[in-house]
Amino acid sequence: MRAADTASARDAASGGAPLLEVVGLTTTLVATGASVLEDIAFTVEAGETLCVVGESGSGKSMLALAIMGLLPPAIRIRRGEIRVHGEDLARLSPAEWRARRGRDLAMIFQEPMTALNPVMRAGAQVAEVLRKRRGMTDDAARGEALRLFERVGIPNARARLSAYPHELSGGLRQRVMIAIALAAEARLLLADEPTTALDVTIQAQILDLLNDLRRERGLGLMLITHDLGVVAEMADRVLVLYAGRMAELAPVAALFDRPMHPYTRALLASIPTSEGPRTRLVAIDGAVPAVGAMPQGCRFRPRCPHADARCEAVPPLVAHEPRHHAACWATAPEDRAS
Amino acid sequence: MTSEAPLIEARSLAKVFHRRRLFAAGATGLRAVDDLDLAIHRGETLGLVGESGCGKTTTGRLLLRLIEPSAGRVMFDGHDLTSLDASAMRRLRRRMQIVFQDPYGSLNPRMTVGETITEAFIIHGIGDRTERQQRLNRLLDRVRMPRTAASRYPHEFSGGQRQRIGIARALALEPQFIVCDEAVSALDVSVQAQIINLLQDLQQDLGLTYLFISHNLAVVRHISTRIAVMYLGRIVEAAQTDALFAHPEHPYTRALLASVPVTHPSHRGRRLRLEGDLPAATAVVRGCRFAGRCPHVEDRCRSVDPELAPRPGGGLVACHRVADRTLPWSATHP
Repeated sequence: MRAADTASARDAASGGAPLLEVVGLTTTLVATGASVLEDIAFTVEAGETLCVVGESGSGKSMLALAIMGLLPPAIRIRRGEIRVHGEDLARLSPAEWRARRGRDLAMIFQEPMTALNPVMRAGAQVAEVLRKRRGMTDDAARGEALRLFERVGIPNARARLSAYPHELSGGLRQRVMIAIALAAEARLLLADEPTTALDVTIQAQILDLLNDLRRERGLGLMLITHDLGVVAEMADRVLVLYAGRMAELAPVAALFDRPMHPYTRALLASIPTSEGPRTRLVAIDGAVPAVGAMPQGCRFRPRCPHADARCEAVPPLVAHEPRHHAACWATAPEDRAS
Repeated sequence: MTSEAPLIEARSLAKVFHRRRLFAAGATGLRAVDDLDLAIHRGETLGLVGESGCGKTTTGRLLLRLIEPSAGRVMFDGHDLTSLDASAMRRLRRRMQIVFQDPYGSLNPRMTVGETITEAFIIHGIGDRTERQQRLNRLLDRVRMPRTAASRYPHEFSGGQRQRIGIARALALEPQFIVCDEAVSALDVSVQAQIINLLQDLQQDLGLTYLFISHNLAVVRHISTRIAVMYLGRIVEAAQTDALFAHPEHPYTRALLASVPVTHPSHRGRRLRLEGDLPAATAVVRGCRFAGRCPHVEDRCRSVDPELAPRPGGGLVACHRVADRTLPWSATHP
């Protein structure tokens, strides 16, 4: 393994650029040309957790697949850049992109069973990555796999190395997935609803683990979730997606204290909370529009209590505060000032 | 006064599922519900919470006698469901219904919405064509669906609308008691709020009694009058919602509540976590079922099964150390 391939060398080579920088990313359905994601732009810094939040149909999972180079054949990247360590992945060939996966970026999914090899022992799946990505010998890989199992909190780690995925609980399988991501020393971890299928006590364990690893290794974490509780627990910054567009991008405290997009406000008012008074929930009428049936202009317009004639044009993403952006005509700062 | 008696009551209820094992001698029993006592009062919403495999879904089905108990009794408005014959059970079943998590899986894709909702009228011989049509219209109004929905098929509707259809079907025979089994769990949050509000309005208007089964503690807190916490087939604690959240007594309840994500980033803080997974319900357990994961375990917990006993602040709890007040209190640690 060449020294230039190590994580710190890659950091140095990229000259302090963010781990991930997405610029103007637009994806379309090949068949109809209908846009799925439109004009997505954000960064993830080393040691930072960016939560991407949205409902089904918001495009949040599609965004992760686009970054991983795993879009289904029916969808392609139409415009935009996906810069990892300063290098635009969207311009790479599929083979080159595959080489970056694992080395530069790794992903964990809601259901680890779909990503793990069902007929391969859990430890062997970690060791395989260690041999292929880090050039370890069989012996060294076995030892390192054990160390990683212990690091991700798998009890009886030595015995679990030889377990098959189906013999492990959902929480343990997710820990194996995290161990695989660590094995490749990926600095950027994409997690798509990693705790949604887990019970709440196990979810808490996994979120703690992700937080510890982020801190300890300076990982950039892009955490996709529909759960605003997970956002409140984990995020440094939050990207709110609605129907494939960015509604709001803000530091987590600002988002919860001063949400600027009517959709974000409605979302926060619609969730039951585990503390405070139990008042009637504010429901948002209607549902997220389907791809191919998007309304003209602002995509939230048909459900928005503040919609007016301006909203027939696409609202630009504008800064309310230096790091707080929202795409809404009604709440844009110019309007507030007048 | 009948209003004092619970509408529905489980007494020492048990359900053991026997797994057939082709190449093994003898069967392993899975004790999904094990000696469970539970009472639900008229007009209340009892939230039933616990992790997967704790037996909450089985409990809901046992209360409706959709499955037969291995032991114990279910009393519904003074009738012992477990002793009723088929025709008596059918008459009583009109008064109890269930709403499932996945409305798509529980609606017949080849039946129109109208046929799905009015099927029960035909089975129970209620009304003529005109009256059935009127009832159908009233039901669609109640769940805030357009009357034109009647001639359409389930796949033409969104998840939230399908859940409204499922609720309309459950309401068709004017039941008193509805089991909501993860009824809003598959819905997006904005739609989830619509359905929660609808369920609350229906309860108010129709005087319904709910058993609300969910793994989402924030949702259960929002909708429930009272909450029962299940662990491995047993109720470990039950109390009024606000009392339970303000002062959870059982170490498992404490761990469960400490695991719920915060509602605002300023409330973050390191909290003690429960270790390990839920043990298999096939294991023969002596003593407290939570002993293996409990941070406050003592020798007696491993040998003597704690009984549900009155809880400080009202309700019931099954823990030796709560009973003799030797459990250290902490708001953030299990």
